[in-house]
Amino acid sequence: MRLFNNRRFRAILYQVLVIAGTVAVGFYLVSNTLDNLAQRGIATGLTFLGREAGFDISESLIDYSAADTYGEALVVGLLNTLKVSLIGIVLASLIGTVIGIARLSSNWLVARLATVYVEGVRNIPLLLQLFVWYGVITALPSPRQALAPMPGVFLTNRGLRIPSIDWNPAYWVVLASLFAGLVGAFLMARWGRRRHEATGQPFPAVLAGTGLTLGLTLAAFVLIGAPLALEVPELSGFNFQGGLVLSPEFAAVLAGLTIYTAGFIAEIVRSGILAVARGQTEAALSLGLTRLQVLRLVVLPQALRVIVPPMTSQYLNLTKNSSLAVAIGYPDLISVANTAINQTGQAVEGVAIAMAAYLTISLAISAFMNWYNRKVALVSR
Amino acid sequence: MRNDDEPSAAADVEEPSGAVYPPPGEAGPMRLMGWARRRLFNTPANIALTLLCLWFLWETVPPLLGWALFNAQWTGDPTTCREATGACWALVGEKHRLMLFGLYPYDEHWRPLIATLLLLGMLGVSSQRRFWHRGLALAWVAAVTVMAVLMWGGVLGLRPVDTTLWGGLPLTLLLALAGIAVAFPLSIVLALGRRSDLPVVRAVCVGYIELIRGVPLVSVLFMASVMFPLFMPEGVTVDKLLRAQIGIILFTAAYLAEAVRGGLQAIPRGQYEAADAMGLSYWQKTVLIVLPQALRIVIPPMVNQFISTFKDTSLVTIVGLFDLLTSVKASLADPEWRPFFIEAYVFAALIYWCFCFLMSRYSQRLEEDLMAGTRR
Repeated sequence: MRLFNNRRFRAILYQVLVIAGTVAVGFYLVSNTLDNLAQRGIATGLTFLGREAGFDISESLIDYSAADTYGEALVVGLLNTLKVSLIGIVLASLIGTVIGIARLSSNWLVARLATVYVEGVRNIPLLLQLFVWYGVITALPSPRQALAPMPGVFLTNRGLRIPSIDWNPAYWVVLASLFAGLVGAFLMARWGRRRHEATGQPFPAVLAGTGLTLGLTLAAFVLIGAPLALEVPELSGFNFQGGLVLSPEFAAVLAGLTIYTAGFIAEIVRSGILAVARGQTEAALSLGLTRLQVLRLVVLPQALRVIVPPMTSQYLNLTKNSSLAVAIGYPDLISVANTAINQTGQAVEGVAIAMAAYLTISLAISAFMNWYNRKVALVSR
Repeated sequence: MRNDDEPSAAADVEEPSGAVYPPPGEAGPMRLMGWARRRLFNTPANIALTLLCLWFLWETVPPLLGWALFNAQWTGDPTTCREATGACWALVGEKHRLMLFGLYPYDEHWRPLIATLLLLGMLGVSSQRRFWHRGLALAWVAAVTVMAVLMWGGVLGLRPVDTTLWGGLPLTLLLALAGIAVAFPLSIVLALGRRSDLPVVRAVCVGYIELIRGVPLVSVLFMASVMFPLFMPEGVTVDKLLRAQIGIILFTAAYLAEAVRGGLQAIPRGQYEAADAMGLSYWQKTVLIVLPQALRIVIPPMVNQFISTFKDTSLVTIVGLFDLLTSVKASLADPEWRPFFIEAYVFAALIYWCFCFLMSRYSQRLEEDLMAGTRR
């Protein structure tokens, strides 16, 4: 009894109990699972990853056929998840920022329309929105009666076709000069900041950097003779040939994810801008800064501090929500893992691999956004 | 727009420089004009934006109203619907019972209907702060018992109905409410564990919370539906509905735990120190001092979590449960009606939207009310 009154002893006792409990539950579940698997004659382990998958995947960023292994099939799924998430994050950020600023507009009509968008999109389940988008896209006319909102762009029930640029080996030069321009702009911005700090002379880093990057790229493009060949989709038989194709599934998932997440991002941007005290703007204006300077030098740096952490969770949400793609047949990681589970019966490994992949992506996005957050965060004494 | 031959003085009177607002209290049309000038037509950029918005509304609203109301087909069958140019609300009229109650036996639909109305009534009563006392808890116990009897049956001469036949709106509400109700105590334990001084307890809680928050709900539901049967000893089978419910609870608890942690962190240090100085034990301190203050702060984020859990329940359609969204989709199984999928989805969207919108408004109001005491 005296021993139990000792704080240190109690602390150790509780922790030992927690460990014992966790281990006991874990052991119970694992032993049950092993028994069940043995009974049903299901193999365990990751060897199935090397076996032939035997199922096709409708779209893939890498070469894949049914003769490839389960491991490769899962990689295809993972790449599809990353593809739709990355494009979705970029588009949702752009649309969300515009809508968020629009909600704060002094123009009553613009603010109202933005509010209607936000309240409408956020209060309807994403899965329902995906079903609607998929339904709308598959109800489009067949390729023969394709809708053509712009020349070269075709909307059909087999997907969206847009012109693509014919790859020319000389484009490597253009890409290289784009990269060189970016590096140059970065170095120039650093030099400009140092000079600004040392001498007080401002340097238009954004303007000069953009000019340098675009100028170098354009110059390279002209130098190689500006070989621009557009491949325009053409109807042949029952479907279009050529051009870039977005499958109905991909288009529906992308549209759903982007539009849904943009609603949340809009609210984050709005609250971030509102969080900057009015006095800050007024003080900056009375110092003689222009409207643009006030936005760039005073409001945005402070708003970003508020915006970045919740934005990170929206990016994570978008990536995780891309798993809803399984409901409309876009071959994302979950969908491929599900097929693999159905074929091999190895549910534990399949679910574990999928979860591990999402966990890795989540941690990577968090790490990147934390790094960015540290850059913009308030440096306190 | 001034003519040269017009006297300039008069023009100056008619065209004052800058905006002139009508004095307050001026009658209708003038006031509206002034408002429109200020809020819609004050700068060239705003004029352009306003015109753009008006054009957009002109292009979208009349056709939409025509489709949804004026040209809509309110009764009839697929044939009459195909001839009409507008929406086919006849589909909702024809299939609304399947949409709302799923596979529940048709003759017994009054049971889930009463259960749902009872639940909504209880939610309405519970949202009013003047009813927040002990009697409400007793009322909930009674209401849940009545709802369980109605849904399951098997007593009082009610026909037993298996949970595999439950569906529609009652199932969605059940998954969301039971999800949040069971996840709540679990989340308090997790949040306290995350702030514990004991490293092992903290590690277990942080590990659980971050693991669940790092993976999508779909994968948790898959785990619940395909892995859970493997976890159980031989001969023990767990209901499909219960498995999905457990998945939702485990998922929600991790998110709710972070909300509770926010509440715990908002309690000033002095409160903890004062409790320690009074000689209270850890549990006395937690139950008597910390939680009553922390949970008050947590109510609005909890309502928000409830909204997202409510929307997330639609994911159970992926593991084959018959919730509201699945039922609505099932009503389109008939190829005759399938072209009118938009109408069915609009019906479902309206239901989800009403619930979520009301709850988010409620959470905003509650936040203002609860903070009224601390606001300076």
